[in-house]
Amino acid sequence: MAEPLPVAILIEDERQIRRFVRTALETEGWVVHEAETMRQGLTDAGTRKPDLIILDLGLPDGDGVEFLHDLRGWSKVPVIVLSARVNEQDKIEALDAGADDYLTKPFGIGELLARVRAASRRRMEAGAEVGSVFEFGDVKVDFSLRTAHKGGKPIHLTPIEYRLLSLLIANAGKVLTHRQILREVWGPAHSEDGHYVRVYMGHLRHKLEDDPTQPKHILTETAVGYRLVQAARS
Amino acid sequence: MPTSNNQRPDPDLLLAKVKQQEAQARRGKLRIYFGSSAGVGKTYAMLVAARKIESEGRTVLVGVVETHGRAETAALLEGLDILPSKAVSHRGKTLTEFDLDAALLRHPDLILVDELAHSNAPGMRHPKRWQDVDELLAAGIDVFSTLNVQHLESLNDVVGGITNVRVWETVPDKVFDAADEVVLVDIPADELLARLKAGKVYVAQQAERAVNHFFRKGNLMALRELALRRTADRVEGDVQAYRVDQSIESVWKTATALLTCIGPGAGAERVVRAAALLASQLSTDWHAIYVETPDLQRLSAARREKILATLNLAQQLGATTAVIANAQIAESIISYARSHNLSKLVIGRDPIRRLWPWQRSSGQRLAMLAPDIDLIEIGRAEGAAQKDSREVAAAPPMPEADSSDRRKAKGLRYLWAALACIGVTLASFPLAAHFDRSNIVAVFILTVVLVAVRFGRGPAALAAILSVGAFDFFFVPPRFSFAVSDVQYLLTFFIMLAVGLITGQLTAGLRFQARVASHREERAGSLYEIARDLSAAVQVEQVVKISDESIQRTFRASAALLLPDASGRLVVRTPNLDVKHPDAGLAVEIGTAQWAFDRGQPAGFSTDTLPGSEVLYIPLRAPTKARGVLAVKAHNRRLLRIPEQRQLLDTFAALIAIALERVHYVALAQDALLKMESERLRNSLLAALSHDLRTPLTALVGLAESLALTAPKLSTVQLETAEAIQEEARRMSTLVSNLLDMARIESGEVTLNLQWQPLEEVVGAALDAARGMLQRHHVEVRIPRDLPLVKIDAVLIERVLVNLLENVSKYTPPGSTVTLSAGVIGDRLSVSVADNGPGLPAGQEEAVFQKFTRGEREPATPGVGLGLSICRAIIESHQGKIVAAQRPGGGAIFTFTLPIGNPPVPAIEAEAQAADG
Repeated sequence: MAEPLPVAILIEDERQIRRFVRTALETEGWVVHEAETMRQGLTDAGTRKPDLIILDLGLPDGDGVEFLHDLRGWSKVPVIVLSARVNEQDKIEALDAGADDYLTKPFGIGELLARVRAASRRRMEAGAEVGSVFEFGDVKVDFSLRTAHKGGKPIHLTPIEYRLLSLLIANAGKVLTHRQILREVWGPAHSEDGHYVRVYMGHLRHKLEDDPTQPKHILTETAVGYRLVQAARS
Repeated sequence: MPTSNNQRPDPDLLLAKVKQQEAQARRGKLRIYFGSSAGVGKTYAMLVAARKIESEGRTVLVGVVETHGRAETAALLEGLDILPSKAVSHRGKTLTEFDLDAALLRHPDLILVDELAHSNAPGMRHPKRWQDVDELLAAGIDVFSTLNVQHLESLNDVVGGITNVRVWETVPDKVFDAADEVVLVDIPADELLARLKAGKVYVAQQAERAVNHFFRKGNLMALRELALRRTADRVEGDVQAYRVDQSIESVWKTATALLTCIGPGAGAERVVRAAALLASQLSTDWHAIYVETPDLQRLSAARREKILATLNLAQQLGATTAVIANAQIAESIISYARSHNLSKLVIGRDPIRRLWPWQRSSGQRLAMLAPDIDLIEIGRAEGAAQKDSREVAAAPPMPEADSSDRRKAKGLRYLWAALACIGVTLASFPLAAHFDRSNIVAVFILTVVLVAVRFGRGPAALAAILSVGAFDFFFVPPRFSFAVSDVQYLLTFFIMLAVGLITGQLTAGLRFQARVASHREERAGSLYEIARDLSAAVQVEQVVKISDESIQRTFRASAALLLPDASGRLVVRTPNLDVKHPDAGLAVEIGTAQWAFDRGQPAGFSTDTLPGSEVLYIPLRAPTKARGVLAVKAHNRRLLRIPEQRQLLDTFAALIAIALERVHYVALAQDALLKMESERLRNSLLAALSHDLRTPLTALVGLAESLALTAPKLSTVQLETAEAIQEEARRMSTLVSNLLDMARIESGEVTLNLQWQPLEEVVGAALDAARGMLQRHHVEVRIPRDLPLVKIDAVLIERVLVNLLENVSKYTPPGSTVTLSAGVIGDRLSVSVADNGPGLPAGQEEAVFQKFTRGEREPATPGVGLGLSICRAIIESHQGKIVAAQRPGGGAIFTFTLPIGNPPVPAIEAEAQAADG
């Protein structure tokens, strides 16, 4: 018997948006359950054993951040947030509350599917042990030896740079907010010193990217955080 | 190697800032070159000192220096910066005066102002030069000046007595005592006389005789001794002040405070000066009071004016002044002294002219009433009377509009008294047959008492005399003759007269007391009224109206409020002019009012500043700042000179100021509420618009794209159509974003999310976002590695860069090169986006940032031309600048600069190295 089809729950109150997202997901082989309200979405998430949730933040019956707090109490299912708002603070709150990724409206199907693929891949790998070697572009990081090479040449990393890189690799494809990074690398006391992260990301890019002003792997989500992309975009 | 955090303020900078603030707040220092007479070389000494100071590098300005044609002095002026004097025409003559405003404008470190005692020409801001100097000092300018001993106010009489030459230009002792330094310029009398003979001392032609009289050896020695002693007093005063400052003796000071009484008699000024001198020697506070009795109220207007002028003199000499209305002079003086804790009394000695053996001098009466208070009697000068009459004559005539009315009313009262006597006589005539004469006497006495009660003392005296006459003529035998047969009636006459006069006196006193009480009540009542009315006012117009009405009612004066506009310039605010204004044209001099407002001091009538003005300007000082100026022109000008009235007016001004402040804050609070409300409304509107416009666009983009995924596959044409729909929808979306952003930025309510950012990262994000647009362009990035962090809102600056890149993609042909470079210029970070395309239309470098402006050509590229104006708005909100220019080699270049501030880089580096090791 073939592997069961992956299940996605789409929580969105706009019918037309639901329609094209559903079309896009179904071409990729997803089973899509639609929910119009947050309440229904939460019920579906509990009963349908989803592999992915796509959540609109602007729902009529509640705040997406609350939904995430509820959900994260009992589920680790990847959540991609859709936001019509320009305000970065909403996205940060959603990410801090446990969302994996976000898309700002209007978005194209290409962007949507790329995010969906990244999220489901991470879900698959979550079960397996992260290998001792991780590669992106021409960079190779060996966790057992605590070394990094670029184009075959060894690269010297400071302890903080190494911790930062490890964190990005552990969450490859996912958006990490400044606060999450600060908490993990520097500890909770530094959660307001956002420029630490930016400066060290700059160091990492200079050591690991071909052109640090046009990075291909360590990407900036302006005012929100960072994301490590394993496969360079075309 | 931990380095210090750059965010910490630089201590040197801080210190410099503190010093600068101190300099602004600091009052200038006054140095007086003090001499015994003209010709001792004060000006010379001052100039020598000034030259030395200038050589130390401070700026020195010569305000006024009189060389009197002396070559040595003129030589010293050589090379010094001299302020041109101001020409003033007065009574056809042109006088040159010190130009105070020019001096304040120049603001040198030190200014030389010769002859401190000089009186300015009428029409200058201050009547006296020492007041000019005071303003210079208040502005933080150091001043050097000169002064002769005979010009000191308190020594004026003494010097006059010694030399028989009286000078009228005087300087209050407080100015001399408050000077920071006094330099005594001294030469022996013989030497001075020798200099005089050698023609080295300036002698005005017309005054030569008087001067010869003045420059006698005896005089000069006496003056020299006075100058030396006064300087020594001052030195001792310095020491004592220092001791007092260092110890706890300040309570002691108030206990010895002086009280002096101003009388109507000649020589009151002498008493005041003596008291001032005594107070300064004892270094205590002092009070001067004038007790107004019914007798004194009947004095001529000119003499009352004189008394108030003396009171004013006392105030200028540093006294606290008051006018007390009370018939009992001695009692009220003592009660004032007790209530103000004054232990020494200074009074003028009464002239020796005792009518009755039991009559006591005022000194004796005071001594009996308060044996514990020290009494100091001052002798009166003989020449004083003459001087008085001259000054009274010189005083401007007071407008006494109502004096003729009052005289008429007075005559009428006497007429009524006479008529009452005639009536009683006629009425008693038939009674004489039936009643005893003693009863008739009682009727007459009753009449006198009633007249006294009704019409006061004078008519009562008249009635007493008439009654005696009528009784004698009509009732005492022999009747119808003034002859008296029985001697006992002489006693009756005497008693009648005595009763009449005494009751008249008593009732007059009572009436006076009643009037005083009613005045007091009136004052309290008007204060209560204005306070009540003002407390209900919620608009400036109401405050203006209430103040105007209250002042008119209470002071019989025209008033105007001058309130500052947004830039701090005063504007006259009057209530509706249709209200009956007896003197609607209150000629307000804005300049004077502005001065009063800026300095927080009253100006104009009866003050030190422009006293020639008819209008009094009182600044409205509220707790936080001055709120405006109250201009008052009294119809009876004497009214404003009376201390009580002035105090009442000042209280009014304070109440008005507080009301204005309250109204101001009420308006402010309402504004803030309105602003908050409209901001909330705008934000929710924008959010709703943003959501409502983007949702259908999202569906449109997505649905168009999903057409490609449908089965069966679409034809190429259909696919192209779907792609076109998607593209147009995205364009629409960009347009909506631009419009919403512009609306947000335009409203000025964008709160910047400022963070320390590496520019490189923002550039990277912008290039990533513009990747699609620049697919067919070459992109070059030139950003130095060591660029400091910059404090910006990353989202907005990314937006600026994307818009600039989008601009390039629109207006340059494919294959062009776009160069993004950055660098530090001075304390600013400069970022530019340059291309090698066709460049900007000539002369349009500024216009491109205007809304809805696009390049000259109309290419088939989308956009409403909002992009660049959004860029400008964002950069300006970051305190930056953005400009467009033609590139020398062809193409356009857009450059923006941002302030760098103090980036926190070093802390990071330090930690990195520590972690490394």
